[in-house]
Amino acid sequence: MSYPEMPQRPWSQRHHVRAIVWTLVLIILLALSSWATGADFGMFLANLDQFTVLLVQMAHPAWDYLSVIIQPLYETIQMAILGTTIGAAFAIPFSILAAHNLVSNKYLRGLIRFVLDLVRTLPDLLLAAIFVAVFGIGSTAGVVTLAIFSFGMVSKLFYEVIETIDMGPLEAMKSVGASKITIIWYAVLPQVLNQFVSYFLYTLEINVRASTVLGYLGAGGIGVYLQRSLDQFNYSATAMIILATLVVVMVIDGVSNHLRRVLL
Amino acid sequence: MQATASQSDPIISFRHVNKIYNNGTVGLKDINFDIPRGQFLVVVGLSGAGKSTLLRTINRMHEISSGEVLVDNESVSAYKGKSLRQLRRKIGMIFQNFNLVKRSTVEKNVLSGLVSYYPTWKCVLGLFSADDRKRAFQALTRVSLTKKIFARADELSGGQQQRVAIARALMQEPKIILADEPIASLDPRTTKAVMDTLQRLNREDGITVIVNLHSVELAQQYADRIVGLRAGELVYDEDIANVTTEALDHVYQTDSEV
Ligand SMILES: Nc1ncnc2c1ncn2[C@@H]1O[C@H](COP(=O)(O)OP(=O)(O)OP(=O)(O)O)[C@@H](O)[C@H]1O
Ligand SMILES: [Mg+2]
Repeated sequence: MSYPEMPQRPWSQRHHVRAIVWTLVLIILLALSSWATGADFGMFLANLDQFTVLLVQMAHPAWDYLSVIIQPLYETIQMAILGTTIGAAFAIPFSILAAHNLVSNKYLRGLIRFVLDLVRTLPDLLLAAIFVAVFGIGSTAGVVTLAIFSFGMVSKLFYEVIETIDMGPLEAMKSVGASKITIIWYAVLPQVLNQFVSYFLYTLEINVRASTVLGYLGAGGIGVYLQRSLDQFNYSATAMIILATLVVVMVIDGVSNHLRRVLL
Repeated sequence: MQATASQSDPIISFRHVNKIYNNGTVGLKDINFDIPRGQFLVVVGLSGAGKSTLLRTINRMHEISSGEVLVDNESVSAYKGKSLRQLRRKIGMIFQNFNLVKRSTVEKNVLSGLVSYYPTWKCVLGLFSADDRKRAFQALTRVSLTKKIFARADELSGGQQQRVAIARALMQEPKIILADEPIASLDPRTTKAVMDTLQRLNREDGITVIVNLHSVELAQQYADRIVGLRAGELVYDEDIANVTTEALDHVYQTDSEV
């Protein structure tokens, strides 16, 4: 039995021409962009010792600061829960109207989707800046920001879930003479509820993380303290805040991961 | 309720019914026949012949393109909104895939047959009267499934799910039951259980039953009358006494087209 001869690699593959060319292009692009944006690599190296100072301070978290930040941490979690809940509540009717298997009027559906796309393109930081200006510094601005941010994100996740459901039960409910709302309540919601809750928890995880950053803009919660400690070069307090936030985020992630696994 | 309908009038009539789907497919072509009250009618025909389409024009799950479908002497095309829901409530429907809400309990699935008797807010809150809950239990008794009342629908076998679907239809107190290949996904034993249940409802309650079937054998066993469709046309219509297997086989002969 004879095998055909193994084909030779082409010259360019044997000498990794592609990899080399791409590396060169990348380096040139990096150099060009640092020149264009005026980033000074020399300064970066010169100030590296500053960074060491910061690291040294941060290696000694101010443990007693914990009693101060417990309350704002709690507020952060409350903001996240409230914002996510409000956003998800509004997302339910909108996602129903945006689902192509429930709404056959494509103009209505198009309009709703356009609004949802628009909401999703607004960055949360921009929203926070606007609502801090409107409501003043405090958690109200944070809750409204998170509600709108979650609304945009959750609506899309929700209507994509709705579009995968089994249409059989809907047909059956229609055939018994059920009204539209009854059809949705009896045949749609039971099919999507678990996934809705799962996406709600997922969004909550993201919001707990996001709300620490939002606080930085004055939207309440732990972020306010984060900003204060940084302004005062109190890096050991900063370290404490980061540590505590990390623990909270990890706990929330763990709980929500567990719940989601149970649900699905 | 129906002042115009007398006992001897047909419960359903097709008058020159045509159905052309939006994409141009001919679903039904000039269908003309009457169904008397209390009949057990079986519709046979090849896949794509138009059996499901025919069934769904009766409760307006599908709209017809021209002609008239009469239920209790009233044209169904005239109904809309609430009156359409009232038409549908007197017509129970059974599906090949059962179409239960799998994550809900058997009881809730059975009660969902009642929703057209309640205002929407009561349905949403699940406020069914004690009497109706008792009726749900009785409906399950009739299909021999009382033990499963609190089980989740997806814990049941196919045959059991189909019997739950029949119990759901019973809650509507229907005059007509439409069954679209109710046994296509069942084994022979459960097939018998489901067909026997439909036969009992027909004989004991006088419900008019219309069943789409692929099996000529079952059709001959249960039907009072068999109609055959081919490419949307009614090509066969005989009372069971006159049905011959050869003539029925003719329904399944394909023209050159398919
Ligand atoms: N929604 C639809 N849009 C377009 N054409 C359709 C639609 N539903 C059915 N048809 C077509 O209409 C014809 C009749 O279909 P129908 O489902 O009534 O057949 P059937 O006899 O029930 O077949 P089966 O035994 O496979 O269930 C078929 O050619 C089918 O492809
Ligand atoms: Mg069919």
